[in-house]
Amino acid sequence: MFLQTVLMALREIRRNTLRSVLTMLGVVIGVGAVIALVSVGRGATQKVTADIGKLGKNLLMVSAGARVKGGASSAAQSLNMADMQAIAREISGVHAVAPGSSSQQQVIYGNKNASTSITGTDNNFFEVRGYAIEKGRQFTEAEAQSGVPVCVIGATVKTELFATTDPLGAQVRVGKISCQIIGTLVSKGTAGMGQDQDDLMLMPLATFQRRITGNNDISLILVSAEEGLDTSIVAESIRALLRQRRHRPVGSDDDFNVRDMAEIADTVTSTTTALTALLGAIAAVSLLVGGIGIMNIMLVSVTERTREIGIRLAIGAFAGEVMMQFLLEAIVLSTLGGIIGVVLGLIGSFFAARALSLPFVIPPEIVGLAFAFSALVGVLFGYLPARKAAQLNPIEALRHE
Amino acid sequence: MSAPSVQTANGEAIIELRGVKKVYGEGESEVRALAGIDFDIARGDFVAIMGTSGSGKSTCMNILGCLDVPTAGSYRLAGVTTTDLHGDGLTLLRRHYIGFVFQGFNLLSRTSALENVELPLVYRRVAARERRTAALRSLELVGLSDRADHTPQELSGGQQQRVAIARALVTDPELLLADEPTGNLDSARTQEIMNLLVDLNRKRGITIVMVTHEPDVAAYANRVVVFRDGLIVEDSRPGRAH
Ligand SMILES: Nc1ncnc2c1ncn2[C@@H]1O[C@H](COP(=O)(O)OP(=O)(O)OP(=O)(O)O)[C@@H](O)[C@H]1O
Ligand SMILES: [Mg+2]
Repeated sequence: MFLQTVLMALREIRRNTLRSVLTMLGVVIGVGAVIALVSVGRGATQKVTADIGKLGKNLLMVSAGARVKGGASSAAQSLNMADMQAIAREISGVHAVAPGSSSQQQVIYGNKNASTSITGTDNNFFEVRGYAIEKGRQFTEAEAQSGVPVCVIGATVKTELFATTDPLGAQVRVGKISCQIIGTLVSKGTAGMGQDQDDLMLMPLATFQRRITGNNDISLILVSAEEGLDTSIVAESIRALLRQRRHRPVGSDDDFNVRDMAEIADTVTSTTTALTALLGAIAAVSLLVGGIGIMNIMLVSVTERTREIGIRLAIGAFAGEVMMQFLLEAIVLSTLGGIIGVVLGLIGSFFAARALSLPFVIPPEIVGLAFAFSALVGVLFGYLPARKAAQLNPIEALRHE
Repeated sequence: MSAPSVQTANGEAIIELRGVKKVYGEGESEVRALAGIDFDIARGDFVAIMGTSGSGKSTCMNILGCLDVPTAGSYRLAGVTTTDLHGDGLTLLRRHYIGFVFQGFNLLSRTSALENVELPLVYRRVAARERRTAALRSLELVGLSDRADHTPQELSGGQQQRVAIARALVTDPELLLADEPTGNLDSARTQEIMNLLVDLNRKRGITIVMVTHEPDVAAYANRVVVFRDGLIVEDSRPGRAH
């Protein structure tokens, strides 16, 4: 008899294609949307975390100005070469330091121009930030000392200004000066939050200070800590040193800022966590909407079918048999809808991940959860009204219009 | 108060109604569809129920068919007091004894005539092959073999009526309850169906209770019961006209 009921349920599903499809649609949408959203959220988190690793795990950044909310700095006594040398000399665990004064400038070559970040630095920069020379060379000692206008360009600047021609030896205009290109950098790709790490131009610090900013300040000191050290301890020693050098009274706030990558990673992670929470909330809403959709269709279809239930009861079906038939129908439709929803959700997130160049992540527990929730709603709301109808006496059910 | 009891033709009663009342609604909107009916039907009898519209004929048939329960009174079917039973007990009784033809056919839509006729057998656990044979035989009996694969929407009112009759007969019931079985049929078809019913009654000894508005149709029965305002006002045994 069970087999008989299964066959009957399947026949009813086939017979009422439109109703079956609509019922499944609620499940499909609920499950699909949740899976797609969560998968994309997870992918974004993974990508950002991986990108931060690319910036350099042991990197610390020292800048002038007190920390204000949001991580920006307010104006204060600036940093200089002596501060940098003191850090290199006195702090243990420091592997290398490099200055990193930068300013956004227009760079012109022939009839092409590009806006990029010009950084005044020294050869330690390559080590600290993990850049390598692709063609050409780094700065010579003489160039670094004298402040002649030479520069090394990143891959983005190279393609924007030179396309396929060889940039080595070419003269580009930066502000009022003409600068000779002596090297190009190996591409590093994008970093966390889509920042292009190849959109930069390096020149000796002396050149930068004399010809571009016109002062001896260093806006940023980059410090790379030795491998395996806790960067927060290194950061703490740098803080103590700088407070002393800048004569900060005890109890006053810092008028400079030491950030380590772990801290930056934390900030970014908290952002992506918020993003994931937001996506999760949207997912929960769509699951709910899907659930209500299923509920609706199921209720309507059972109401519509109360007469059918009456007929079946009248010609000799037990209430239990009718309920079993409806339960099976609901199970078949819900699981089928659930499977289609999982497949569509995964396909959707696969293509979304490709379009956004995020890694494609399958969140197994969400797949399970969304599937279980929708299937449960489907079965419950297919079954409960049918149960109610089957407990009517046949005439009451038949009279239902 | 009760209508004069007519002695049953062949002795033993298959249906015994005692003080059966059916009240719909409450208070202001209360409708007394049946106001107290005492009435026996003998096994093998052929009874026609007549009466004006709203006099309680269908209500009575539904109770006889164990599809509805009376508000008060008792109903014994084949010696079983149905008013003591609930849900599945009534279902078993229906399965065992009753074939029911509804006033409004009540066929499953989007379902072929054959499948509609088979359905009672599905719930009686009859094997597929036997089911099919029985359903086809039953359709043949009402002259619809050639429409077996048509759904109710593809059939005329009269054809639907006959599918409903075929469905009621497919289980070979002891008691056939038919609420206006010829209501939608032309006179030729009516005559065919009535001959079929008379035949079933005479040859197979099936007890038939049939509601009708037409005296011509009622004339096929052995006994005619007339309802008015939920009461039996006339109960007679005219000689069979045909
Ligand atoms: N579900 C219900 N709720 C309220 N009143 C009802 C209900 N069913 C029937 N009635 C009332 O009970 C009375 C008897 O109805 P019934 O259907 O038995 O009449 P009938 O004799 O079969 O009439 P017809 O010849 O038109 O089929 C009517 O007044 C009807 O309005
Ligand atoms: Mg009626």
